[in-house]
Amino acid sequence: MKHFVVKKTWSNGVRVGALEVGNITATGGVVIETPALLISTRKGLPHFTPPDLLPSLPSPDSHFLQLSPLHFLEGLSPTTISKIGGLHKLIGLPDYAIAAVPRDSIHSIPESKSASKLGPTFETPCGRLLVKPKDYVQMISCMRPNIWATLADEVPAWVSDKRNRTSVDRTLRWLDDCLALNPAIGSIFGAIVGGSNLDERKRCAEEVAKRNVAGYWIGGFGLGEAIDERSSLLRAIVDVLPDEKPRMICGLELPEEILQGIAAGIDLFDSTYIYSLTLGGFALTFSLDKNGNQDNFQKNKMGSDSTKINLRATVYRKDMSPIIKNCTCHTCQNYTKAYINHLFNVHEMLAQTLLEIHNTHHYLMFFRVIREAIQEGRFENYRQTFIESRREHYDRGVVCEVEGTRWLDKIVQFVLKCIGFGVN
Amino acid sequence: MALRFEILGRFNRARASRLTLPHFVCQTPLFMPVGTQGTIKGLTTSQLEDIGCQIILGNTYHLALRPTSELLDEVGGLHNFMNWPRAMLTDSGGFQMVSLLHLADITEKGVTFQSPVDGKPMLLTPEESIQIQNRIGADIIMALDDVIKTTVTGPRVEEAMYRTLRWIDRCIEAHKRPHDQNLFGIVQGGLDPRLRDICVQGLVERNLPGYAIGGLSGGEDKNSFWRVVAQCTAALPEDKPRYVMGVGYPLDIVVCSALGADMYDCVYPTRTARFGTALVPQGVLKLKNRDMADDTRPIDPTCSCMVCKNYTRAYIHCLVTKDAMGSQLLSYHNLYYMMQLSRNLHSSIVEERFPKFVCNFLHQMFPNGDVPEWVCNAMEVAGIDISSCCAPLSSYQE
Ligand SMILES: [Zn+2]
Ligand SMILES: [Zn+2]
Repeated sequence: MKHFVVKKTWSNGVRVGALEVGNITATGGVVIETPALLISTRKGLPHFTPPDLLPSLPSPDSHFLQLSPLHFLEGLSPTTISKIGGLHKLIGLPDYAIAAVPRDSIHSIPESKSASKLGPTFETPCGRLLVKPKDYVQMISCMRPNIWATLADEVPAWVSDKRNRTSVDRTLRWLDDCLALNPAIGSIFGAIVGGSNLDERKRCAEEVAKRNVAGYWIGGFGLGEAIDERSSLLRAIVDVLPDEKPRMICGLELPEEILQGIAAGIDLFDSTYIYSLTLGGFALTFSLDKNGNQDNFQKNKMGSDSTKINLRATVYRKDMSPIIKNCTCHTCQNYTKAYINHLFNVHEMLAQTLLEIHNTHHYLMFFRVIREAIQEGRFENYRQTFIESRREHYDRGVVCEVEGTRWLDKIVQFVLKCIGFGVN
Repeated sequence: MALRFEILGRFNRARASRLTLPHFVCQTPLFMPVGTQGTIKGLTTSQLEDIGCQIILGNTYHLALRPTSELLDEVGGLHNFMNWPRAMLTDSGGFQMVSLLHLADITEKGVTFQSPVDGKPMLLTPEESIQIQNRIGADIIMALDDVIKTTVTGPRVEEAMYRTLRWIDRCIEAHKRPHDQNLFGIVQGGLDPRLRDICVQGLVERNLPGYAIGGLSGGEDKNSFWRVVAQCTAALPEDKPRYVMGVGYPLDIVVCSALGADMYDCVYPTRTARFGTALVPQGVLKLKNRDMADDTRPIDPTCSCMVCKNYTRAYIHCLVTKDAMGSQLLSYHNLYYMMQLSRNLHSSIVEERFPKFVCNFLHQMFPNGDVPEWVCNAMEVAGIDISSCCAPLSSYQE
């Protein structure tokens, strides 16, 4: 990360900025407008979107990738990555910004029970892994991401105060360990935890703010805390952080959660939501109206809640229209709902590819609309209109939602099993 | 007839042609990737165009089950449904039934089989196969034939061949779109040259737009395989395309092209990709192998595909068989390899350097000069001197 500029901050803390990321190949780098969405990846590439189709996504918005260094423990050693020339070379995207975060909510899930003073543990496809600061920094040095978050002892919301306090102590110690190793690689984002405890959140943020870091990575969200208490927790953290440094968060997924984070002054978000939607066959269809209005939008069809539709539903069997009529994504410009419905029916991987492209495009455009609203001082209005008009749809669509979620679980398991083992 | 077939160059029996189909002008020899269910292994149609695919194959049996031919008809055919602007070919559905369903049985009426949907007995007649293919709308459609395994011997082979000839008339009769779709007949007759001859003659009398050589690639020995191909290509008319069904190994394609065949199809390049195998000039590269884990070279340094230009073997090794992207990238490379092979066959014939191309191909695949005997035999019949490739190792190190 070269530098971060806050372009405008409103009295309520909502802000827009620009993050300039240069990279090792010195090809110029990229400027990402914030608040921004990082593209979630598996081993550096989006789960289903092939690299030659990445240029079809909104640019430069889509040029900011997030990965977990732990992904590579499955088959690729850090020294080999170093020999290849680091992550940018490895994934063939020299001009993209890459942020490395150990947790990714999909394939690298924090497992607090086995964490020890030595390091945090994660559930990954190659088993449970304990990651020590020294090993982690070693990985980072070989991989050379532009930005990397330090290790965090993330705990779910229901742990005891004592365990929560320990998690803050450990996270701070591991931050110091990482800093002491003094790797001259990328920009360090100090990890902040503290669970659902306001005091601990504040203590952790204050301590991290004292360290020489380039930005902040806020962990421990999306782990069972109540949505209602989240705003005050975020507020407590952001209040003690310096304004001029970027704030990244993990675990806020739904549009409402993104808006909640932005309202609290968060700049960078992860996109695991897109992965879950895509696996489940859901396409985002909520309105990108500049005022946030969700009325007058596509009427409910089975398996939808007007914010998204389920393309597995039989109503789309003969629907030869794109997911969204005026969507400019590669999928909507070339393919129909009927075709994607068929691809899901016959378990073909192209279904996920087409859906991931649309969903990523749609969510990146959502961020554009939000940034414009902030820039023009309309964010609070936008957020309220969005949430209220969406809630009406939610109430009507709640049955489908529950059904959809249960279905989604099964589908996730199924798809994971099928990837690479389908019918030819 | 909805095609034009113009020969642009020849070397002995080998030919390079321009095949003009309703949706695309193709160059032969060509390989057709198999898109069983209206898609090819995670690749978008824009990627397939980038790779250089000219004709893709759809499987009638699968498409008739889902999304159904009625639906495809309603939405303007499979081209429209899957957004594929170039040429397409559908098989008859018979082979898939016989190979996938245990309870398929062939009678004079057609292929009877148990419905995979409700278990009820169903019948696929030549008329129905053509009707379904008319609805799907491919540029080339295939006649329903009486398929038997190449290992079957005795009177059943003769019965199947004669039935195939009787069925071709029913197919021609049933074909409702001869001005948009080309019906190809399929030469059967097992490994018996006499039966193959009768079948070729019978089909040629019907003056079809193109001919396929069927009943091969089913486990017969390689000498029998190439001899059947050589016999059929010699007897089939010069001015019609010749399609060897189910052939997909690069070596087989080179041999068949030398013998005068033009078109091929196989699931091999994409299937083998899913299991972590890349096609390279030296043969195959198994990316799952542990020694790939720190190999920083591209899959094939001489390949100019998107994957080889950007990725190392080590990276593909860590993706392959574990992540969707691994299979997508490897399928991309493998199809690119097949298309590049098709392009090289075409241009080397047109530019009158076909024997050199064949020698170079064999030399890379068999650097020790151990070219299989069946290849040497076939090349002799094709009139291509490959003695320089079969020589002992020491002679080409100079
Ligand atoms: Zn779209
Ligand atoms: Zn390649």
